[in-house]
This record gives sequence, C-alpha cells and structure tokens, in this order.
Amino acid sequence: MTALQVAAQIRSGERTSVEVTQESLDAIAGRDDDLGAFLLVTDEHALSAAAAVDASIAAGDAVGPLAGVPIAIKDNMCTRGIPTTCASRILEGWTPPYDATVVQRLAAAGLVLVGKTNMDEFAMGSSTENSAYQVTRNPHDATRVPGGSSGGSAAAVASGMVPLALGSDTGGSIRQPAALCGVVGVKPTYGAVSRFGLVAYASSLDQIGPFAADVADAAALLEAIAGHDPADSTSIPAPFPAVSAHLGDGVDGLRIGLPVEFLGEGIAPDVRRRVEAAAEALSAAGAKVAETSVPAVAQALSAYYIVAPAEASSNLSRFDGVRFGLRVEAATTPEMYDLTRTQGFGHEVKNRIMLGTYALSAGYYDAYYGTAQKVRTLLLRDLAAAYSEFDVLMTPTSPTTAFRIGEMVDDPLTMYLQDVCTIPTNLAGHPAMSVPFGVGDDGLPVGVQVLAPALGEVDMFRVAAVLEAATKSEPTIGTEGAA
Amino acid sequence: MPQRISRDDVASVAKLARLQLTDDELDRATSQLGDILDHAADMASLDLDGVEPTSHPYPLANVLRDDIAVPSLSRDEVLAAAPSAEAGMFRVPPVIGEEP
Repeated sequence: MTALQVAAQIRSGERTSVEVTQESLDAIAGRDDDLGAFLLVTDEHALSAAAAVDASIAAGDAVGPLAGVPIAIKDNMCTRGIPTTCASRILEGWTPPYDATVVQRLAAAGLVLVGKTNMDEFAMGSSTENSAYQVTRNPHDATRVPGGSSGGSAAAVASGMVPLALGSDTGGSIRQPAALCGVVGVKPTYGAVSRFGLVAYASSLDQIGPFAADVADAAALLEAIAGHDPADSTSIPAPFPAVSAHLGDGVDGLRIGLPVEFLGEGIAPDVRRRVEAAAEALSAAGAKVAETSVPAVAQALSAYYIVAPAEASSNLSRFDGVRFGLRVEAATTPEMYDLTRTQGFGHEVKNRIMLGTYALSAGYYDAYYGTAQKVRTLLLRDLAAAYSEFDVLMTPTSPTTAFRIGEMVDDPLTMYLQDVCTIPTNLAGHPAMSVPFGVGDDGLPVGVQVLAPALGEVDMFRVAAVLEAATKSEPTIGTEGAA
Repeated sequence: MPQRISRDDVASVAKLARLQLTDDELDRATSQLGDILDHAADMASLDLDGVEPTSHPYPLANVLRDDIAVPSLSRDEVLAAAPSAEAGMFRVPPVIGEEP
C-alpha cells in the first residue's frame, strides 16, 4: 500500500495514525538490527505526534494528503530536542535548539517522524560505510551496500520499515542509494527545498529531497517540503510547480534525450540494457526518444571533486569544539581545536577537508578551484544546448548495481566514480530523479535517472510515472519489493 | 596542472585545516589525494579561455529582508548544547600560553 493510500485510510477513520505509526515502529524493532538503517528511533515523539494527528482528524480539521504517515529523515537535518549527528563523532550527543525548515514542514503536513537514518559522515560517501556509528545493509542483499550517502533512508523505505524518507543530495546521495535499493529518489531543483537546518556539506550543491516506494508518493512528499523559505537566502522566491496534478499526463510528444556519454564505457552492460528498455517503453508511450551529447559531463566528476571539498573545507571549519558537539580538552584553545577535529572527524571527511583546503590555497586556486568553476559554466552551456532540443534527458542512475560492503573502502577514486551519472545535475542546480526499472544480471535493482532543466519537475515526474507504469504492466521487468 | 601533491604539501594543508595526521595517515592521504588530483587533470584538456567561472547555480544576489527584529534562538538552549558555558558565554581553554 502506498503512503497516499495509507493517509486516505487514516483520514477516513479506517485506521489511525497511532496504529500505522506503531506498525512502523514494530517493523523497525523487528528488522533494523539486521539492516542498521536507523541511528535513532523516536518512539515516544512519534506516538504522541501520531495521536495529535488523529485528534486533529477526529476534530474535523482539514489535513494534508500525507497526514498521519510515518517518515524517517537523514541524520543531517536538525531536529529540536532530538540528537542530530551527521553520523560523525564530532556531533555525538549534540541536540539542536531548532528544527530545520523541512522538519517544520513535515510536522505541518501531519507527517510523523519515527527516526533519524544512517549516512556517510557529513554526507561524504557513496556507500554509507563512512558512518562513524554503523554499517547499513542493502535490504535486497545483506552483503551489499545500500549506496550513499543517504543509505539509511533508502534502506528504510526499501525494507518497508517506513513508507517515506528524506535524504540530501550533493552529488547523487539521494538518487544513487534509491537506485541501489530499488526505490524512487528525487533531487529537486536547487533552491526548491529550503536548506535551513540542513548541516552544510557543499552549500552550492546540497539539496534535500524525498525517498518513496512509488512515484506519486514521492511527488506528494516533495510538494509538502518545497517552496520559498525566507530563512534560506538561496531559496527560490516562487511557488513550486504542482507535480502531482500532472502525473497522469503521459509522455505523448515529449522529447527525451539519451546522452551518449552515459551509454558506453564505464557503465555496466546490464545497467545500460535497462536504460535502453526504458527508452523503448517511453517510445511505446508516444515520446520522441533520441540520442544526444553533453560533452562537458566528461569533466564534471573532476570539477565536482574540487568544488565540493572546497566548500566542505570552509563549512566544516565550524566544528571546533567551541559551540556544539565533541570537545577534546586541552591546555590551550588551539590545541583543543586540533585534538577535537583530529578525533572527531573520520578518514574520508579529513581527506575532503584537506583536498578542499589545498584546492583553495594560494598557488593552486586557479589550477583547481578556478578551473572547476569554469568547467561548471561549460556544463551549464552544454546542458542548455541539450535542453533546447529535448524536454528531459535520461541516463543510468549508477554505473552498476549495489556493490559489496568493503569492496571500495580503500580506493576513494573508484568510489567517486560511482557518482559519475549523478554529479552533473548538482553542478547545474537542476532536478533529477531515480526510478526503479527492473534488475541487473545479479538480480539486484537498477535505477534509471530522469533529468530536467531547472524547475522542470513536472515533465520529469511525467516520465517517471510512465516508467513506473511500464514496470508494473510488464512482468519481464518486474521490480519486486524487498520487504 | 601542477606537480603531484607531495607529502609535505599534505602535512601543510593538514596543519591549516587543524588536523593532526600520523605518519601512516600522512602516507595514505598523500597517495589518495594524489590520485584524485591526477584525475582532475582531465579539466586541463578543455579550452577554458574566456569562460566565466560559475560559483553558484542561481545568481540570487543580495537577498534582503526588512530591518525588523524577529525572535531568535534562546541563548540558554544554545549554550546548553555547548561543550562548556559560563555566565551566558561559551567557555574555552586559554587562547595563549599556559593556564593562568
């Protein structure tokens, strides 16, 4: 049953939010010891929030389309009175004094927070193995990663422990785990969802977005959290497009481009075949599908792994043992800074801070950071040229299906290549989403990525809805849930 | 692109970033950062003459609000979440020299 259907039952009085929330909490208690998706389960908070929604519905109040439904959020979104760790030792025990805007919006929409999910420390990673606290396992195969950095949220939805979750996406951190876990994951247009209260990794790239088992649920959740927020100076000062209203519009006449850069070398053949099958399904539904080229995506990975660490090195300077989280005591403040950061940050976070510090340092700024910013301009130009001919683009989400736990931990560059298909979207500030589209040769889920220009979410979701319908109507595609 | 990052370069940025690395960590970071920066050398193959840099996807400059006081975070709540506080302020060890 979808989240929208559950919410309809709650509104009609057939079930209560307390019952549904308790089911979710029971599922977490029964399954999460094995999966490790949750860093914190907020039982008491959840049941009291659910009871409040039930009371509101009983009183005849008008409530939103997802009111009463349980949700999990990635542990890099601030929750007042509830610990927020970013899966880092440096924030262990910190309790934020305020709610992120998205957390306020979830509460206003009647969604019930049941827990905070595991992630790569400070969202830096593609496997959730960089968490300082625990490993998260892929619900389809416990020896495999769930992807990352929002791996906990993806695994929580894929296992059916919660129908909905939020993640954050800086270079693919929602879409890649969605693909590897076989769920829908959306990275909205930059500025569509407020970043206020999202612990910053790379501020010009970060964006919060939904995970769901179903395209319509993802659209409804996105609509609940999107919209202008004066507390975020990069928030788009305009209403968010009504995506749900157009989910059934189909793709007749829509122009869909397949960038050839993502159909050859570096993409596993079984993943590529799923993208080709998706293209056929869209053609059959009336779309005009053709190959295109976006040459600058070839250098996007390099630009990203300069820009993101550069911004991170600045953002993470705030973790110094003074105002929040861990402090390692020392005789002087400078020594306290050194010891706190040395003991508080994990290996990958240190690597990225140092990489960013280097790329911004005198003598290297032009060669690295300055060059990366120019590549970003070229990428925007190439994407604009593609969107002059096509309404949306389609690629694989990830070059492979879920890889084995431990397979890439000692080889960061290979791990970074996991993000090759998702990174261009973040550099451009555009929206993109991953839709499950069958399985690879190993039987594990494959995600197809649909990309659109800024605020092109309506067309993007139309394509996603048609792809989802195709997987349901063709048994040969069959995306089986893991739960 | 510049020469491959050296062990001394990594030691220098670690110091700037207020991180202490063991000898093993320094070796590992030198190798891993070198691999990533070598990969970034592919950007040099592009003709970037006259291309303007993009620092942000949307140029939303100078977002201002009316100068009206609005409620802000409670000082007590913020300080309660700090490692050490005293008299309404964050408390830190001595900034310079020995314990007074």
